[in-house]
Amino acid sequence: MRNGLAYGVAALSAIALALASGNALAQKKYDTGATDTDIKIGNIMPYSGPASAYGVIGKTEAAYFKMINDKGGINGRKINFVTYDDGYSPPKAVEQARKLVESDEVLLIFNSLGTPSNTAIQKYMNAKKVPQLFVATGASKWNDPKNFPWTMGWQPSYQAEAIIYAKYLLKEKPGAKVAILYQNDDFGKDYVIGFKKGLGANNGGMTLIEESYEVTEPSIDSHIVKLKSLEPDVLLNIATPKFAAQAIKKVAELNWKPIHVVTNVSTSVGGVMKPAGFEASQGVLSAAYLKDWSDPQWKNDPGMKKYVEFMDKYFADGNKLDGFTVYGYAVAQTLAKVLEMAGDDLTRANVMKQAASLNGFSPDTVLPGVKLTTSATDFAPISQLQMMRFKGETWERFGDIINAEDGGS
Amino acid sequence: MTGTSASRSRLTFSTVSSAVTLAALIAIPLFAKNFFVFQLTMVLIYGLAVLALNILTGASGQFSLGHSAFYAVGAYTSGILIEFAGMNYLLTLPVAGLVCFVFGFLFGFPALRLSGIYLALATFALAVAMPQLLKVGAFEHWTGGVQGLVITKPDAPFGLPLSQDVWLYYVTLAIAIVIYIAAVNLLNSRSGRAMMAIRDNQIAASAMGIDVAFYKTMAFGISAGITGIAGGLGAIVVQFVAPDGYTFQLAIALFLGMVVGGVGWLPGSLAGAAFIVFVPNLAEGVSKGLSGAVFGVFLFIIIFLVPHGARQIAILLQNLFVKFRTTQGGHHA
Amino acid sequence: MELFWNQVLAGISTGAIYAGMALAVVMIFTAIDNFNFAQGEMAMFSTFIAWQLIQWGMPFWWAFVLTVALSFVAGIAIERALFKPLAKAPILTNVAGFIALFAIINSVAGLIWDFTVKPFPTPFGTAPFLGSELVSTHQAGMIGVTFAMLAFLYVFFRYTRIGLAMRAAASLPESARLVGINTSWMIALGWGMATAIGAIAGMLIAPVVFLEPNMMGGVLLYGFAAAVLGGLTSPLGAVVGGLLVGVFENMVGTYIPGAGNELKLPIALALIVVVLVFKPTGLFGRTVVQRV
Repeated sequence: MRNGLAYGVAALSAIALALASGNALAQKKYDTGATDTDIKIGNIMPYSGPASAYGVIGKTEAAYFKMINDKGGINGRKINFVTYDDGYSPPKAVEQARKLVESDEVLLIFNSLGTPSNTAIQKYMNAKKVPQLFVATGASKWNDPKNFPWTMGWQPSYQAEAIIYAKYLLKEKPGAKVAILYQNDDFGKDYVIGFKKGLGANNGGMTLIEESYEVTEPSIDSHIVKLKSLEPDVLLNIATPKFAAQAIKKVAELNWKPIHVVTNVSTSVGGVMKPAGFEASQGVLSAAYLKDWSDPQWKNDPGMKKYVEFMDKYFADGNKLDGFTVYGYAVAQTLAKVLEMAGDDLTRANVMKQAASLNGFSPDTVLPGVKLTTSATDFAPISQLQMMRFKGETWERFGDIINAEDGGS
Repeated sequence: MTGTSASRSRLTFSTVSSAVTLAALIAIPLFAKNFFVFQLTMVLIYGLAVLALNILTGASGQFSLGHSAFYAVGAYTSGILIEFAGMNYLLTLPVAGLVCFVFGFLFGFPALRLSGIYLALATFALAVAMPQLLKVGAFEHWTGGVQGLVITKPDAPFGLPLSQDVWLYYVTLAIAIVIYIAAVNLLNSRSGRAMMAIRDNQIAASAMGIDVAFYKTMAFGISAGITGIAGGLGAIVVQFVAPDGYTFQLAIALFLGMVVGGVGWLPGSLAGAAFIVFVPNLAEGVSKGLSGAVFGVFLFIIIFLVPHGARQIAILLQNLFVKFRTTQGGHHA
Repeated sequence: MELFWNQVLAGISTGAIYAGMALAVVMIFTAIDNFNFAQGEMAMFSTFIAWQLIQWGMPFWWAFVLTVALSFVAGIAIERALFKPLAKAPILTNVAGFIALFAIINSVAGLIWDFTVKPFPTPFGTAPFLGSELVSTHQAGMIGVTFAMLAFLYVFFRYTRIGLAMRAAASLPESARLVGINTSWMIALGWGMATAIGAIAGMLIAPVVFLEPNMMGGVLLYGFAAAVLGGLTSPLGAVVGGLLVGVFENMVGTYIPGAGNELKLPIALALIVVVLVFKPTGLFGRTVVQRV
C-alpha cells in the first residue's frame, strides 16, 4: 500500500513537474494573428509611386511563403502573408500599419520598406507591442533595443557600409580628393555621415567635395560633368539604382576614370550594371553581403541552387539578375527561421526573443562567412560585408569579410 | 402654391440629409473599431482641405494645384510647436491656420497676375517646391529634415474613458462643423457673392466696383488658412510629419476630391474626401498589381456618370424627394 | 570660365529633354486649350512599345516609325473614346480624366514591364560630339531631331490648311464651324499629333534617363514649365523655354552655394512664375484680348 502511494505521488509529481516546466509541446501560446493552423504576417511595400522598383521584394517574399506553405508550413502552420502598398508615403504607411494591426490582426509586421515609412510607424508599433521585424532599410536607428524593443533591422546599416569604404580608401589612396555624389534624402545623408565617421578626424587627410541631387531630377548627368571638372581622384556614387546607372554611364562617356564606388543598394547586375553598360562598369567598386546569381562561383552552390529552384517554380516572372529578389529570399528565410524557432509559443514577445537570439544563422543566399547574429543588446543581424570589384559581367569579391562594426583594419 | 411647397421641400431635403449625415458622424465612432474611427478622422481632415479648395476654386474661380503646400505648412507648424515649444495641441491649430492664412494671402498677390492654366502652373510649382523646402539643411533642426518629426499623440482630457482615436475624432468633428458653418455663411454673404461674381466674370465684376484684388487675395488666404488647420490636425492624428507625406500626389488627391464632390459645392467636400481615403484601398483590394489602373477606371466611371460630381447625385436625389413629397402630399391648393 | 561653358552645354543637353516634352505640351494645348497630365505617361508607354518591338528583333528605325504611327492612332482613339464624351463636361472634370488616364497607363506599364530600369538604344551612338566630351552624339542628335520637329510644326501651323484649321478650331470654335471646319476631329487630330510627338520625345529621352514606368514624372513637370515659359501657343517658345530651363537650372546648381543644389527645382519654378507675372503669356506667346 505504501509503495503504491509512493509510486502515485512520484508519478503525480513527475507530471506536475513536466507541466510546470512549460513544455512547449504541451502548451501552445498565441497572440493575435497566430492560431493552430495559421500565422498572419503583415508587410508594407511601395508598389506604386517613386520607389516602386522595390516592390519586387514584396513579390519575392510572397512567393517564398507560398513555397513554405506548399512544403507544409512552419511547424504545421501556414503563413498568411498580407502585403499593402504605401506608395512610399509616411501617412499612408501609418494607415496601412494600423490596418494590418487593428483590422487584419496580424501577428507582426515584417520587412516594411523605407526609412520615412518605418519612422512613421515605429512609435505606434512599439506602443502596441507589435514586432516591427527586419525592416527594409539600412538606417542606423533601428538598432536601439533599449528605446524601441519591438523594432529590429536586418541588413548592414548604410553608415557601417560607408565606414568600410572609408577605411578602404584611407589605405588605398591616402590624401585623395573625394567627390561624394549623394541622393538628398535619409539614404544618401546616412552614407555621408558614415563615410566621414570612417575617415575620422580631419577627414583622414582627404579633401571632400559634396554634391547632392534630388530624386525628382530626370538625369544626374550634369552633376557628373560638374564633379569631373573638379578633378577628384575618387567618386563616391551614393545613389539608388536608376541614378547610379546614369552616373556610371556618364562617367564612361566622359572618359573619366576615377576610383568609382557605388553603394550596395545599386549593385544589381540586371538593374544597374547592364543598363549602364558592362563596358562602362568595369572596375566599379562596392561591397556585398548577398550572393550574386551572375557570379559563376555560385553555379554549384547548394544555397543558390535552392534559390534558383524557388525562382523557377514560384516566381518565374522574376529576374534572377535583380539583386532585390536575392534579398527578398534571404529576409523571408530569416523570418521563417525565427518563426520555426518560436515553436508553439507564438506570442509577439517570444517572436522578438527568438529574433534576438540568432546565433550565426546563414540564409541560402548570403555570402559564406556572413552570419546573422543578434542579442538582447544587438538588434543588427547583419554587420558583415565583403568588398568587390566589377569585372567582365559579374562582381569579383576580394579581401576578407569585414565586420562593419569595427570597419575593418 | 407648388412653388412654396417645392421650396419647403428643398429645404427639407437638404436639412434631412444634413441631419442624417451629422447624426451618423456623431454616432458611428461609438460602435466602430478604432481603425475605422482613425480613417473617418482622416476623411474629416481631408474634407476640410477639400472645402478650402472649394472656396478658392469653386467660389472665387482661382485654380489651385498647390494646396498640399499649405497643408504641409500647417502640419509642420503644429508639429514644431508641439514638439519644440511644448504647446498644447489644440492651441497650435489656430496658429497653424494663421500662419497659412498669411502665407496664402501673400501668395495671392503674384497670383493676381495669373489666371487659369498659368495659375495652375504657379500653384503646381509651389506644391512641388514644398517638399524640397522642407528638406533644406538650414532648417533641419526644427523640421527634422528628411527624417521628419515624430509627434506625441494626445490623450483624452480629464481622464475621460475615450481612446485617443475617438477623442481626436470628436475634436476634429467639432472643428469641422464650426469651419463648415463659417464657410457657408461666408459664401452666402456679400463677400461670398463678390467672389462668385469675380469667378463668373472678373472684368465685369471689377467694372461694377468690386475690389477684385482684395477678394481674390482674401480667398487665397482663407483657403490656405483652413487647409493649414487641416494639416495641423493631420499631423496630430498621424503622429508624424515628413516631406514625403506632402508631395504633389497630395495636391492631386485634394483636387480629385473637389471634382468628385462637385466643384464649389461645400457639402460635396465630405464625399470627395471619402473618395480619396477609401477608393485607393478599394482599388488595391481589387487588384494589387493594377491598383493604379483600377483607381483610374473607378475615377473615369464616376466622371462619366456624374461629370459634376456628387452634387449631381444630390440634385437627382433632391428631385426624387420632391416628386415623392408632391405625389405623397396630394395636391394642396 | 571653362566650368561656365561646360555647364551651359550640359544645361542645353538637359534642356533638350525638356524641350521635346514641351513641344508635345504645346501641341495638345493648341488643340484643346488645356494641359494633359497623362502626356508624359503616354510618351513613356510609346517608348516601351518601341522597346518591346526592338526586343522582338525589329530594327531600330522600323520600330521608331511604327511606334510613332501607333502612337498617333492611339492618341486619336483615346480622345474619341474617353474625352469626346467629356467635351461638354466642365474643364476641371476633364483634368480629373487626365489624372485617371495617368494612373491607368502608369499602372499598366508597371505590370507589363515592371519597374526596373531598362537601357534604350540610341541610333546616334554615344561618342563625343565633335570631339567635345560634354555633348555626346546622342545629345546632338536629340537636339537635331527636336529642331526638326519644331520646323515641321512651324510649317504645319503656318502654311498648311489643316494646321490653320486646327488653330481656328481651338481659338474660335464657333466661327470655325461656320466655315465648315469639323472642330471635333481637329481636336482628335491634335491629340494624335501630340501623342506622336510625345513618343518621339520619349524615345530620345530614354537613352539618357533609362526606361522605366516612372521616367517621365520629373520630365513632364519641366516640360510644362518650359512650355509655359516659352508661351503655350508657340512651338518655338517651347524649345527655347526648354533650353533656358535646363541652362538656368544648371547655373543655379553650380553657382548658388549651399542650398543651391537642393533648391534647383524650386528656384527654376520660381523664375518661371516671376516671368509669368511680368509677361503672363510667356516669352513668345501671343497676348489674348479678353472681351467681357
